[in-house]
Amino acid sequence: MLTAKLSVNDTGRLRDETVEPEIVRPAGNTNNAVRARQLSKRFGQNTILDRLDLDIRPGEFIALLGRSGSGKTTLLRALAGLDQISSGDLQVPQARAAVFQEPRLMPWKRAWRNVVMGLHMPQARERARQALAEVGLAHRENAWPGTLSGGEAQRVALARALVREPQLLLLDEPFAALDALTRIRMHQLILSLWRVHQPAVLLVTHDVDEAVLLADRVLVLDGGRIVADLRIDQQRPRSAENHAFQKVRTQLLQLLGVELDADAAAPKPVLHLVPPSPAAPFNLSNYSI
Amino acid sequence: MSIATASPSDTPALQAPAASGQRLFRQVLRRRLRAFLSRAASPAAILLLWEIASRLGFIPERILAAPSQIGATFGALVASGEMGSNILVSLGRVLTGLSISLSLGTALALISGLSRRGEVIVDSPMQMVRTLPFVGLVPLFILWFGIGEFTKVTLIAFATTFPMYLTLYSGIRSIDAKLIEAGRLFGLGHFGLIWHVILPGALPSFLLGLRYALGISWLSLVIVEQINATAGLGYLINNARDFMRTDIIVVCLLAYSLLGLFTDLLVRSIEHFALAWRPSFIKD
Repeated sequence: MLTAKLSVNDTGRLRDETVEPEIVRPAGNTNNAVRARQLSKRFGQNTILDRLDLDIRPGEFIALLGRSGSGKTTLLRALAGLDQISSGDLQVPQARAAVFQEPRLMPWKRAWRNVVMGLHMPQARERARQALAEVGLAHRENAWPGTLSGGEAQRVALARALVREPQLLLLDEPFAALDALTRIRMHQLILSLWRVHQPAVLLVTHDVDEAVLLADRVLVLDGGRIVADLRIDQQRPRSAENHAFQKVRTQLLQLLGVELDADAAAPKPVLHLVPPSPAAPFNLSNYSI
Repeated sequence: MSIATASPSDTPALQAPAASGQRLFRQVLRRRLRAFLSRAASPAAILLLWEIASRLGFIPERILAAPSQIGATFGALVASGEMGSNILVSLGRVLTGLSISLSLGTALALISGLSRRGEVIVDSPMQMVRTLPFVGLVPLFILWFGIGEFTKVTLIAFATTFPMYLTLYSGIRSIDAKLIEAGRLFGLGHFGLIWHVILPGALPSFLLGLRYALGISWLSLVIVEQINATAGLGYLINNARDFMRTDIIVVCLLAYSLLGLFTDLLVRSIEHFALAWRPSFIKD
């Protein structure tokens, strides 16, 4: 796998590699999609990421939890190459794509042109159409972004990310601005697309349930370091009513500094996601609320 | 599923809504007409009073001609071709001046909008010069360039460069940084960003600037045509003043405002076409 190496020497002088990453083969057994060692990011006196180590395997779905200000978004931006790191060593795949909390579509480009923006490929329109079909928006390929609903716009943003066949897909709270029902649909969609394309995924979220519902591993970031790394071995689709789910959830909430008393820890009435058959297409009537 | 079941027996029933639709249309038309009449009543009354006052001699012709006479003069000027040829001269001045200011303002805005160094070099002088009242520059321009066409066109260009520059520059600078970041992340290079993100994003400001510039160009046309014009609407007005023909003066003023309205309409239709993506234009 080709990876881009973003590194900074220890004297703190930034080398301008985040802009034009140099392509290197990963050394030895580091067969990972992401490999970060002693990664630090400072803004003036503030240390946002503090000598952080992180490995993400190819195709692994990681959820990153943390209180606001814990450095979640900073880490994602460093992995995306949007911000330069202050020191440390970071290897990421060349093919990366991101979906942000807001869709960030160009309002003056029709949906399909947004999807293939910046790509130079033959039959761009055909590729865009396929990608939009994958997210269920084939009929909206000619729509202006201004006419799309929040969920539709976010699906176009997802198509724009996936059409690049990323080895690392970065999701920065992409469901935070969506209503609860749309969010459920998006969870389903993300999982099915992840199964098809198998990118490594880093999902930044503040929603513990979402993290446990989707990820292979949940990381908790605090004070610029990863303070917990929980593997979730439950079969998908997962149910929030499941005892194991509740246990992980409580554990994560404690790590995040939310102490639950006995009452609050009891299973709360949530939308649970147990479709009759995992292969069945999403249909709201399959879900009890 | 009671909505989409149209059997042949339903056809007569379907004609009733069509008839009521027609009635509705007529009702809307009548309401529109009534609204128009009520809005037009007051101006019409003023025109009528003006006409009566002129006929009764309360308003002498050398102060202000009667509306009916103005209408007749307009007809005569159009029929003789005098109106058309002079409008073309005035329009030509505005278009020449505007095409200079459009190119200059756009180029300067791109320089200072797209690069920090360009901003340092271009923006502060522009901000200083733009505060000069261009009307006050007329004597200086006459001294420099004489009283010919060159001075007229240069003054129009000078006056309209600043609205073009200022609106486009602020349009470029106010593009959402998140969109630029997304463009960069999804593989746009420097020129790709300018072409796919910055220029289309600044287009609404550009067109707004164009409309400002058009408005100012008509204003400056009126002023520069007072300088020794041998053709154009201003020439007609100056001649009319010498012969105390208030009717011709009013006709020319009306022509100025019609030209302004017409060009504004032109830019609006360009906006409709070029900014079809804007939510305000997406109606369906």
